[in-house]
Amino acid sequence: MTRETIIIAFRFIFLVLVQTLILNNIYFFDYINPNLYILFIFLYPLGVKRTNFLIVSFLLGLSIDLFSNSGGINAAATVAIAYLRLPILKLLINSQDVDLKLFKLHKESFFRVLTYISILTFTHHFVLIGLEYSSIKEIGAILHKTITTSLFTIFLCTLSIYLFSKNKTTNF
Amino acid sequence: MHKIAYFIEKHKYFLLFILLEVIAIGLTIQSHNYHKSQFINTANSLTGNLLTKSNTFFEFINLKAENLRLAKENANLRTALHIKNNESTFIISDSSAIINSFIPAKIIQNNYTKRNNILTINKGSLDGIVIDMGVVNSNGIIGVVNQVSDNFATVLSVLNEKSKVNAKLKKNNYFGTLTWDGINYKTSQLLDIQRQANISVGDTIVTGGKSILFPENINIGIITSFDASIKNYTNIEVEFFTDMSNIGYIYAIYNLDREEILELQNND
Repeated sequence: MTRETIIIAFRFIFLVLVQTLILNNIYFFDYINPNLYILFIFLYPLGVKRTNFLIVSFLLGLSIDLFSNSGGINAAATVAIAYLRLPILKLLINSQDVDLKLFKLHKESFFRVLTYISILTFTHHFVLIGLEYSSIKEIGAILHKTITTSLFTIFLCTLSIYLFSKNKTTNF
Repeated sequence: MHKIAYFIEKHKYFLLFILLEVIAIGLTIQSHNYHKSQFINTANSLTGNLLTKSNTFFEFINLKAENLRLAKENANLRTALHIKNNESTFIISDSSAIINSFIPAKIIQNNYTKRNNILTINKGSLDGIVIDMGVVNSNGIIGVVNQVSDNFATVLSVLNEKSKVNAKLKKNNYFGTLTWDGINYKTSQLLDIQRQANISVGDTIVTGGKSILFPENINIGIITSFDASIKNYTNIEVEFFTDMSNIGYIYAIYNLDREEILELQNND
């Protein structure tokens, strides 16, 4: 077990507990329940084998589902963004310039980080809420909830990235 | 054969993605089946115990309102007892006259913002909770027990697509079905009320005794608005008496005649 693995494992448990025991009890404007736990996907190192990453993402989503009686909607949404993460990153940063293995999120420009987080968060929330409603008739409600919840999630994730990774000596 | 192996090897990342998505969506579809046993639910000892711990921290936020509600309930019960003592001198000693038993429990996880809300309570089969018990508090109905483990149970909230409660008008006993459209947690929709029912804004809706889930005449809410046409009523909005965002202690109702009723229904 490397130091990196231990940090990732610790982050996994920490985010699951924060999400299920604290954030799931907090509602902004009476209905917005942000999903901070997807921060795990944003911060997961790029160098690791992608199949492992997909499986870990699935387990993360499933752990959230285990606490919230929601079947497998969090697992489905988390696996979706885990799969889309690399293509989106490649679009955003010129992959010829940067070695993806050395990529550090908080060293990138703020605008890039925000775009990266926003695209993945919207995708995640759309899949999550779409599956929760699972009805095309309620598309209006789905979009409304996706957008409002995403804004809070994006805000919390960006804040966490800059609060917890700037002064640290660790690389993520 | 060689080609298939090559194909799998080449696309294994994509195939794994599809496999995981299929499992996740399979679990979602399975969770939509009311009453089918689910693997992923909060009625297990690991999540139940963790939720209990987190609940002890968040409990104090609602404590004031909860105390007030319990005090009010006590006052109402005392008044009812006082009236009863004055009007009759004999006490019912026949145990068969009691048809419902109430089991007190506490909500350890409350949801009201999702499309399909499911709550978790801190009592399970060891305390006598079984599937399909009605769950109420002193203000009105809350839901129906959905999954049970030894020490915990999940409750299908009235704020759920699958929740269909048999309801009636208090004043003239016309029956309808209470459903929820997922928009506002304070109101639900009453369907299938007949045109002759003559409803008006402010009418009280209570549970009808047609199902064994809830006893008759448990409060649900009041009508806040409706549209009337020549044929029928539409868009009947019912505002809950219970504040679904703030529920703590609840009662699960066990109908003591339940087994007999179920047996009779199965014989048909």
